[in-house]
Amino acid sequence: MNEHYYHAKDLAQFANVGDFQKSLADKFFSYYGEVFKDSELTAREKSLIALAVAHAVQCPYCIDAYSTDAVEKGWSGPQMMEAVHVACAIRGGASLVHGVQMMNKVKDISM
Amino acid sequence: MKSLKAQQSILAIAQEQIGIIQYGPRADFMLEPFQDKLEKSGLFPLKPLPAEILQINIGKMCNQTCKHCHVDAGPDRKEIMTQETMQQCLDVLQENRHLKTVDLTGGAPEMNPHFRWFVSEIAALGRHVMVRCNLTIIRANKKYHDLPLFYKQHGVEVVSSLPFYTQDRTDRQRGNGVFEDSMKALQMLNEVGYGKEGTGLILNLVYNPAGAFLPPAQEALEREYKQALKERFNLEFNHLFAITNLPISRYLDYLLASGNYESYMEKLVASYNPVAAANVMCRNTISVGWDGYLYDCDFNQMLELKVNGGSQHISAFRSEELQQRAIVVGQHCYGCTAGAGSSCGGAVA
Repeated sequence: MNEHYYHAKDLAQFANVGDFQKSLADKFFSYYGEVFKDSELTAREKSLIALAVAHAVQCPYCIDAYSTDAVEKGWSGPQMMEAVHVACAIRGGASLVHGVQMMNKVKDISM
Repeated sequence: MKSLKAQQSILAIAQEQIGIIQYGPRADFMLEPFQDKLEKSGLFPLKPLPAEILQINIGKMCNQTCKHCHVDAGPDRKEIMTQETMQQCLDVLQENRHLKTVDLTGGAPEMNPHFRWFVSEIAALGRHVMVRCNLTIIRANKKYHDLPLFYKQHGVEVVSSLPFYTQDRTDRQRGNGVFEDSMKALQMLNEVGYGKEGTGLILNLVYNPAGAFLPPAQEALEREYKQALKERFNLEFNHLFAITNLPISRYLDYLLASGNYESYMEKLVASYNPVAAANVMCRNTISVGWDGYLYDCDFNQMLELKVNGGSQHISAFRSEELQQRAIVVGQHCYGCTAGAGSSCGGAVA
């Protein structure tokens, strides 16, 4: 086991997850490739969504990959940062909206 | 910005560049040799197809000093093709009808004092002429303002670099003010009919990444360019060529200085595409340097890797000999075989 949980070079080894379970990995990567093709949404639009989700799930590999991919597909730094803010707003909002649950509970148990 | 040569950088020396590209910037950095990849694809030795394109670099002088330039071109470069060498190129064209297209490049080819004469003579031989025009040269000086009309008169295909349809990316790579001047130059080309449907006057643009990353899919990017340039500037063009930057000269300098060299090369190797390898441009192109020496491509030219065997100078051009040669390859060739591939005409796979 390495000293650190995350290594940048491991990103390039992603495809090797098939070494331990090939059929599921093959299905996953086939599906993954299909998802990111031009379709109802363009591959360019999907790249920006992926970047935002990468931040929401806080995956350093995904942030690495989709920061590069989004730049390659022509998104600017300010556009990418706005996408990150969308992820941030949804994550923050997800916490805050639970405040309603808290308020309801407080009201339930209060005189 | 000065050229690497004017800065007396070691990267201005071809052998120094080759040392880094072939063996890496440090002892424990290893990449699979490009030759091995070709062997696995059944393509080694890489043999030429019948040559159709004569790509001629008529000088390293340029009005711009772009950060990624593999030629290390700029205002301080004085290497310029003489009229005598140009005449030797014309003699070769006269005798070799299979060379259907002449692709003129530089530097800014228009800065060669014999440029217009040379274009006229090539056109008179009935050859298709392409000029790699950097756009800003049209605006650089009054004497160049009529270039769009000159191109039109000779049926020249204009191929122009525009790294992106936004100012920030373009200016970061090519210098402040380049984007604005490029838009004005494109407008001048459109005004005489270039890029307009039905005129037959071809205006193609070239995208290349402004950083250490690969180009996206050419077709989708062309759609975005067309939409953005039409909506924002009312500009039109024919096709977009998406080109990968090769680790040569100023782009190599950038990769090393920014710490991106190893990851960039690893990405090129991981993206090797045998279909792109089979269609690389060096297979149907002969590249001529400003001094008349012959190369397999413009990149080999900048690394001073002359054609392997046979006639090595335009004055001793022997088509049959060149047809028998093996194309000289190195680690830099991964740049032309990554993903959808890359050539002076964009993606190849």
